[in-house]
Amino acid sequence: MVESEAIDEQAFRLEARAWLKANFPPSLAHVPGLIFQGDRHTAEANADYQLWRQRMADKGWGVPNWASRYGGADLTSLHGKIIGEELTAIGGFNPIRSYGTMMLGPTLLEYGNEAQKLEHLPFIASHERRWCQGFSEPGAGSDLASLQTRCTDMGDHWLVNGQKIWTSGADQADWCFAIVRTDTSRKQGGISFLLIDMASEGIEARPIVLISGSTHFCEVFFNDVKVPKGNLVGQVNQGWTIAKRLLQFERNSLSEVKADITPLSPLAHEYLGTDALGRIDSPDLRARMVHNAMRHEAYMATVHRFAQEAKNGGPSNGVSTLKNLWSGIIQERSELLVELMGANGLGWAGDAYGEAEREAARALLHSKAFSIYGGSFEVQNNITAKHTLGLPG
Amino acid sequence: MAVLNEEQQMLKDMAADWARERMPVTALRSLYDHGGGGRADSIGYDPEAWAEMAQMGWTGILAPQDHGGSDFGYLSLGLILEEMGKTLAASPLLSSALVAVSALRMGGDDAQQARWLPGLADGSVIGTLALDEGPHHAPERLALAATPSGDGWTLSGIKRPVQDGMVAHLAIVAAHTSGAPGVRDGITLFLVDTAAPGLTRTPLDQIDARLPATFTFDKVIVSPDAVLGEVGQGADLLDALRDRAAVGIAAEMLGSASQAFDTILDYLRTRVQFGAIIGSFQALQHRAACLFGELQLTRSAVELALVAIDEGDTALPALASLAKATAGDTLHAISSQMVQLHGGIGMTHEHDAGLYLKRARVAEQCYGSTAWHRERWARLNGY
Ligand SMILES: Cc1cc2nc3c(=O)[nH]c(=O)nc-3n(C[C@H](O)[C@H](O)[C@H](O)COP(=O)(O)OP(=O)(O)OC[C@H]3O[C@@H](n4cnc5c(N)ncnc54)[C@H](O)[C@@H]3O)c2cc1C
Repeated sequence: MVESEAIDEQAFRLEARAWLKANFPPSLAHVPGLIFQGDRHTAEANADYQLWRQRMADKGWGVPNWASRYGGADLTSLHGKIIGEELTAIGGFNPIRSYGTMMLGPTLLEYGNEAQKLEHLPFIASHERRWCQGFSEPGAGSDLASLQTRCTDMGDHWLVNGQKIWTSGADQADWCFAIVRTDTSRKQGGISFLLIDMASEGIEARPIVLISGSTHFCEVFFNDVKVPKGNLVGQVNQGWTIAKRLLQFERNSLSEVKADITPLSPLAHEYLGTDALGRIDSPDLRARMVHNAMRHEAYMATVHRFAQEAKNGGPSNGVSTLKNLWSGIIQERSELLVELMGANGLGWAGDAYGEAEREAARALLHSKAFSIYGGSFEVQNNITAKHTLGLPG
Repeated sequence: MAVLNEEQQMLKDMAADWARERMPVTALRSLYDHGGGGRADSIGYDPEAWAEMAQMGWTGILAPQDHGGSDFGYLSLGLILEEMGKTLAASPLLSSALVAVSALRMGGDDAQQARWLPGLADGSVIGTLALDEGPHHAPERLALAATPSGDGWTLSGIKRPVQDGMVAHLAIVAAHTSGAPGVRDGITLFLVDTAAPGLTRTPLDQIDARLPATFTFDKVIVSPDAVLGEVGQGADLLDALRDRAAVGIAAEMLGSASQAFDTILDYLRTRVQFGAIIGSFQALQHRAACLFGELQLTRSAVELALVAIDEGDTALPALASLAKATAGDTLHAISSQMVQLHGGIGMTHEHDAGLYLKRARVAEQCYGSTAWHRERWARLNGY
């Protein structure tokens, strides 16, 4: 029994390896997939990326465990894991990975009706439609359920008025999944989950510049935006439940990735030198790097263990614990990388700094977001305390 | 929790029940005098309880079947050590069933195994490792000298602390048969009967009420068949042994940390101040949430290392150090918070918090401190 499974696994691994070798464009090896995920123009301008995206879309391997009628490949999550491992082994990335695959897709699979699934999932599976997440508002961040964006039933359509903020990629998105207020008399119970075409009249997305210099996110204004009735997911006023589920998927994907960060030791030897005993020549910094690297290793083992334990497959309350461990470890690592580079890690632009050095500075600045988005560090601790540890209040 | 087979699950449940009923924390109290220190007449463990542990087969878990063991592996023994850690059950299980049995399995020849393993497996013989010689675990500074005499060896020097040293019958003694301290070449492991003439044992009255000892070797004569493995080539065997010991104590520490954490949670759920259950205060909720995260890292690291031993993973040295250092950090923090979050009552000898704190500090130093293992991990990973 175990043996035949093992053979099947090995056979699939070889199949995946062969297919990836034949289809992954070598020019993309070790290019971070995030640059395409994060920027539409970079993605559209790169012919090899487009080729790679199309091949993966046709194969269904961007979301291997989705049904083929939704653009997947009818495979198990074990197959998905093998594809991911083989991809990593050749320095590749999943070109389909997006807010669509990480957040909306799994949510629609659980809460969408068949028409919604057929309308959207295949375009997520081919990454032809970019999605943004319209949750946060100026007055509704951690206290998300206090959102004010109104959604009024006009009989044959919904009418949306209000403002979202911190909406990542809204200026580049084709569609937006949003939570909106359909009932003002109840807080959580008056929220609905809506799919909005960003090409609709009355939507304006204004990019906001971040401390890292990127325009990762936007303010989005909704002014008498008409949305078809069929675009409401689940029941009217059921949106909070659906949004909470989506946030679990979000946290899960945030804490799951970043598996293969490279050790800092070679760089540290390069920048700081090596002492007579072969150690990085900066005892204090070395000690902090080691501590961080060990935590990272224990963290990866924990991700693995939680996945094994979650027999039912879905993300659980442990996700909040993982997210906080992950954000803390990665933020610390970002700090250490800049610190070991010294003044060279503080460049913003110009040839005086290497590309990796400039990236390190920006990555440090950007990493501060990890403990804010997807539910802040403090909010995750609230969740863990109440739901996992059963503490009152 | 690692994926357990049926036997392992049964073993774990059985150990949990037994520890709760037979070795609750109150049992440890009988080893303490009323001032909170170790009792002078105590031997640091309960021989009747030890006999029961042996009867349940725990002492033979790592021994091969043809020497009276069950050969269930390190994960299985780790599960039991974790349960013992929960109630701070004091016994030579780690020193004897894990460390001494491992030494004989890995380094013993047929005659040595036949001589010692059946007794270790049935609990009638207690074994231990005599390695450290000073305040810090420092195998690289090992100095105890073994000089050739007749066809055997004469041992002179000091070992301290030797875990469970006062009750051990067999000591695996690390010595230099040649080469200076600091050189790996020349390290030899000896199987020494603790009743050997010239070996004096003095109890060390430790804060956790267990009874390690100082061993003074004054020209102790050992025969050639006492050499474990090759003369002068014991360094690798010693490393392998230390890794296993470190993982074993880390498993015990995981148990202590998780029980200490559960006790904290119970108090946070019941203690009322300012008209509110203190667990409703966010500062305390967040502290608990963070400690819970550390506990998760520890469980993962410990299980990873236990499985690595069973699977013969060559990454064991780094994984063992990861497990010990992570368990050290976590138990250190949780045992301190156990006192803090109980307030005044946590400072009293009557409350369990102090017992966890005392055992924690001892366990942190055992088989390499957190700092030692972090440094070792760093070297192994090119830092
Ligand atoms: C890079 C980035 C990308 C983002 N992308 C998106 C996106 O695509 N879509 C989207 O909808 N949103 C997005 N967000 C918004 C993000 O979800 C919010 O910023 C987050 O929920 C926090 O809300 P806030 O900014 O209003 O801060 P606030 O909620 O005002 O929090 C301020 C501080 O108070 C703390 N705090 C708040 N409540 C509590 C409490 N109960 N207990 C203890 N402390 C508390 C917080 O932890 C924080 O430290 C993004 C944010 C960032 C930084």
